[in-house]
Amino acid sequence: MTKEDYKGMWVFAEQENGVIEGTVFELLAKAGELKAHNGEEVIAVLLGSGVEGLIPSLFAHGAEKVVVADHPALKEYSARPYQQALTQLAKKHSPSMILYGATPLGRDLAPRMMVSLETGLTADAIDLGYDEDGTFYQTTPAYGGKILAHIVINERRPQMTTVHPKMFSPVAPLEGAVGKVLRERVDVTADDCYTVVETVRKENAGKSIATAEVIIAGGRGIKCQDDLAMLEELAGLLGGQIASSRPLVDNGWLTHDKQIGQSGATVKPKLILNVAISGSVQYQLGMCGAGCIASVNQTGEAPIFDISHFGAVSDYRKLIPALIAEIKSRKYSTAPQN
Amino acid sequence: MKILVYVKQVPDTDDVRLDPKTGNLLREGVKSILNPLDANAIEAALQLREKHGGTVAAVCMGPPQAEEALKKALGMGCDEAYLLSDRAFGGADTLATSYTLAKAAEKIGEYDLLLFGRHAIDGDTAQTGPAVAAQLGIPQITLAGSISVEDGWVCCDRMLGDMRQRVRAKLPAAVTVCGDINKPRYATPINIMKASKKPRSTWNAADLGCEASRIGVPGSPSSTKGLFEPEKHNADTVYFTGELDAMIKAFADMLQSEHII
Repeated sequence: MTKEDYKGMWVFAEQENGVIEGTVFELLAKAGELKAHNGEEVIAVLLGSGVEGLIPSLFAHGAEKVVVADHPALKEYSARPYQQALTQLAKKHSPSMILYGATPLGRDLAPRMMVSLETGLTADAIDLGYDEDGTFYQTTPAYGGKILAHIVINERRPQMTTVHPKMFSPVAPLEGAVGKVLRERVDVTADDCYTVVETVRKENAGKSIATAEVIIAGGRGIKCQDDLAMLEELAGLLGGQIASSRPLVDNGWLTHDKQIGQSGATVKPKLILNVAISGSVQYQLGMCGAGCIASVNQTGEAPIFDISHFGAVSDYRKLIPALIAEIKSRKYSTAPQN
Repeated sequence: MKILVYVKQVPDTDDVRLDPKTGNLLREGVKSILNPLDANAIEAALQLREKHGGTVAAVCMGPPQAEEALKKALGMGCDEAYLLSDRAFGGADTLATSYTLAKAAEKIGEYDLLLFGRHAIDGDTAQTGPAVAAQLGIPQITLAGSISVEDGWVCCDRMLGDMRQRVRAKLPAAVTVCGDINKPRYATPINIMKASKKPRSTWNAADLGCEASRIGVPGSPSSTKGLFEPEKHNADTVYFTGELDAMIKAFADMLQSEHII
C-alpha cells in the first residue's frame, strides 16, 4: 500500500459519560477547511458504549461520515481497550490522518496509537495546514515556546497529531444534517490491569484561575518565593488570584493548578497583570484572551509587551509595593485615616 | 521493587535562540540541565524505594555529555545509571525514542515500575512515557499527582483540570508524574561522592539489539521541516513611563478606568 492509498481525515470523537469533548467540534471544522486542499472526507470516529445518540451532533458539526464502535468494554475510557479498538478500525479503513484533541484523554491515547500504527504523531499542534509544495504540516511550539516548528510526517500514514484546544472555532451546528454511519464490530476486552476507582471534583475546583476576573501572574523574573507575598497582596486587593508561567511551577513555588499556558490553564480574566514574565508563545496561548493585558518587566524587549495593552519597564520590587500603597490610598481615601 | 526512571538532558529553554541567517538553533553557550519534571520522577522513585525497598535505576538516551543528567540522578540517590548513546540514535522522534527506551527496559529486565516526568521542557510532547508503555504492552498512568504501591498495584491520583481521578494499574506499569507530586531533594555532597562508585553502563544500538530501521532518523516518521520565531503581534502598547510616582499614578488610573478598583 502506498501513502496515496490512505484516504479520509479522521477526527477522534472523544466522549466521556455521553458528552462529546468540545475540541472534537473544533477539529471537525478544521478538517472541513483542509478539505479544500486535499478533497478528502471528514470522518468522525466514535468509541464508547451506548453512544448512538451522539452521532447527530457529529454530523451537525461537519462530519460527513461517522465510524462507530459500540462495545461494553469501551464504556469508560481506558488506554489499552481504546488503543485496541481504534487500531483495528484504522488498519481496516486506512485514513490519511487522525486528529485528536490535546486533552488529557487524547494525550493518553494518541502516543499508544503512534506505536501500534508505527506512524508519526505531532504533539499539541496550534495550527495545521499545507505549505507551498503541498505538504501537510503541524505547527507546534518548542523550547518553552520561544520557537515554533513545522512538523511533517512525510512517508508514513496516517499522519497523526494532537491539537491544542480552542485553536479553531467550531462551525455553527447544522441541525438535522445527516451522513453515512458505519457501525463497526471491534474485538476488545476490558483491561483487568487498570481500574478507575473514582473521579471527583477537586476541593478547590471553581476557585480555579480559569474563572478568575483578575489575575496577577508572576514569572521567571520573580527573584524569590517570598516575593509572591506582594503578588498575593495585590491580587487580594483587586479581588483576584495569583497565577504564574511555568518556571515558578517547575521550581515548586506554586502548584500546577496556578500555571497559565499551553501545559497549564487557559484564562480569560478582565485584567491580567504579568509580573516579570517574558511571555513565551506557550504562555501567551493561555492568556491572550484576557480583556486587558498589563505587564511589568525590567527588559523592554520582553515579548510579553508585544501583546500587552499597558506596559511598565520597571523593577517589580519597586513598582508592586508602590502600586499596592497607591491602590490602598485610593480605595480607602474616604475612610478615616487615623 | 525494581524501578526505572527515565531522564532527559535538555537545553535550558531560557537561552534558546534561532540564528537569524540560517534558521538553525543557536546551541553555543546554551546550558544543559536535567529536565525539571524528571527530578520529580526520581524523587517519587526514591520515596517508593524508601518505603518498599528495591532499586532505582536511571536511564537516559543522549550524547555522551548526557552523562551529566545521570550523575545528578545518582547524586540524588539512584542506585545505578544507564546511558543509551549512539550516533545512530540521533534525530529520533518520539516513536524511535520510545522503541529505544523500551529496548533498554527489556535488556535491564524484571522491572516493576517505569517512571517519567510528564513532559520534557524542550520538545514538550508528553508522548514518550505512554509510547514506551505501549512498546512494552504494559498499562500506564499519565498526569500522576500522587503515587503509592500496594499488593502489586500502583495507585495514583491523576490531575485532570478541576477533576481528580483515582486509578490503579497492575505492575509492571508506567507512570508519568506532574510537578506537584513532590519536591525533589537536592543532590548532597556525600551522595555525589558515592555516585562515582555506583554502577554505570553505556549501551549503544548493538548492545540493545535495536533494528537499524527503528532508531534515529530512519525510525522517525515525523521530522521538523522548519523552525521560526513567533510573529510579533502589534498591539499598541501604552507604556507607563517617568519616575516611579508618575508610573504608579498612571497605572492606578488605568485600573480605575478599567473598573478594577
